[in-house]
Amino acid sequence: MSLSRRDIDNIAHLARLALSEAEIPVYIDSLSRIIGLVGELDNAATAGVEPMSHPLAGQKQRLRADSVADSDQHELYQRNAPQVMAGLYLVPKVIE
Amino acid sequence: MHSETVAGLIAGLRARKYSATELAQGLLERIQRAQPELNAFISIEAEAALAAAAAADRALASGSAPPLTGVPIAHKDIFCATDSRTTCGSKMLANFISPYDATVVARLRAAGAVVLGKTNMDEFAMGSSNETSYFGPVRNPWDRTRVPGGSSGGSAAAVAARLVPAATATDTGGSIRQPAALCGVTGIKPTYGRVSRYGIVAFASSLDQAGIIARTAEDAAILLRSMAGFDERDSTSVDAAVPDYVAGLERPLNGLRIGLLKEFFDQGLDPAVEACLRSGLEVLRNQGATLREVSLPNLPLSVPTYYVVAPAECSSNLARFDGVRFGHRCEDPRDLKDLYERSRGEGFGAEVKRRIMTGTYVLSAGYYDAYYLKAQRVRQLIASDFARAFGEVDVLIGPTTPTTAFEIGAKMNDPVTMYLNDIYTIGANLAGLPAISIPCGFVTGLPVGLQIVGAHFAEERILNVAHRYQRETDWHERAPEAYR
Repeated sequence: MSLSRRDIDNIAHLARLALSEAEIPVYIDSLSRIIGLVGELDNAATAGVEPMSHPLAGQKQRLRADSVADSDQHELYQRNAPQVMAGLYLVPKVIE
Repeated sequence: MHSETVAGLIAGLRARKYSATELAQGLLERIQRAQPELNAFISIEAEAALAAAAAADRALASGSAPPLTGVPIAHKDIFCATDSRTTCGSKMLANFISPYDATVVARLRAAGAVVLGKTNMDEFAMGSSNETSYFGPVRNPWDRTRVPGGSSGGSAAAVAARLVPAATATDTGGSIRQPAALCGVTGIKPTYGRVSRYGIVAFASSLDQAGIIARTAEDAAILLRSMAGFDERDSTSVDAAVPDYVAGLERPLNGLRIGLLKEFFDQGLDPAVEACLRSGLEVLRNQGATLREVSLPNLPLSVPTYYVVAPAECSSNLARFDGVRFGHRCEDPRDLKDLYERSRGEGFGAEVKRRIMTGTYVLSAGYYDAYYLKAQRVRQLIASDFARAFGEVDVLIGPTTPTTAFEIGAKMNDPVTMYLNDIYTIGANLAGLPAISIPCGFVTGLPVGLQIVGAHFAEERILNVAHRYQRETDWHERAPEAYR
């Protein structure tokens, strides 16, 4: 199976990845090969097989009570932020 | 001191043969000296290490020291730790300082281990050669023109070169076992859910599991004992008692039923690697184990299954890197979309982008059933194959890798060829099983790994088999000439 330039543009848009012109042909080629590899799955007989949702049979996702467990640490967390002001994360204007 | 095992160091420290400070100093010097040659570390934490070593010496003198007091280790740079940056091998996180410690980091610190630094790795653990690291490739101590394997290549190279006796690592599709095999060391991936994933930068959450790379199975048992166990902060952590892995090491192998993975011996295995493996099996047979061939017919579909499931989960997990709250941000974004796209386009390397795009594609409208659901069904078949096999045998044995370490650059142009390196290791991840790789010989001076896969939560048994093998062989004691 071969992907087109349009496919790659669309995937990159969905994944919010800016690609350079030079990267596009590389990804057309390598993603086509990967999709070819995973195409081998078509040969597997899976009628009636439940999709696996957890690597350990019978295990379920544990839930905890929705209660306050942590104290406010946003100052600590914001030390890693590229741009903050008055305790807020700054991004380009979204609404005019 | 640098060629001592963890077990030996624990005894040596307690007998005051050397202090934790002397030990840390000696190894830090080796790490600094080897760094230009191997590039095994991303961060070397001399100051913090020496402070921790001094504290360890005080604890040892007081007589109330926890089990690993003074034992020097390194962490793969995927484990969040507050004392230095956590990069995950990526430009995206090149300056990230974690506000909290991973459970593994906290537990090993509480057990007294002294952390000398953070090891190099493939970017976001996506790679089988350590060549995708933003911080440059790691070199194999046995032959510096070759890869150490990946993604935990820095941990494996550091242990092989006697820079640390053990290092933490993670394994999503073989990232502990494959580099352990290519570097001639011992690496264990526990059962999914056995070790907490809290504070490990997520790649593929249904596959990721933390483990240890050391030189002996005994050392792996000692460290795993301190790492494993329930953690309420990981919703997939399993609430089950952790056995004393060390206590079970000496159990005799009489009557052990070994299954040989037929499909592994069929597919592209280098005959010289196979010869090492066959003689390794004889060592186990001589101790009373019985061998029989076992077929897992769906196992050859492991690689295509993995390359749907892992990229799908990766594309979802890595959506959090948006250039807003942490991580790389592009210069002068025009608008929010430009901020997201360029921050991610610049911050991620080529292989990470490839995996994100593959995952985005297989999850996108119209393809979800054909790829993702189909792969999850095949994954069920593979897991059922393993479950059936463990009804007949106690452990499964096969090679860890099809060949020995390849040359740096040899497989970088074709991702599919690179992905096939993990053909023997991926099955255990898909089924959530514990598996260990141990050295079992050399081909033209390069190490070969033997893989032992156990049933769920049978870490004790595979460590026992590995330990009994290592009592009768000395492959694990061999060191690369330049690092003896």
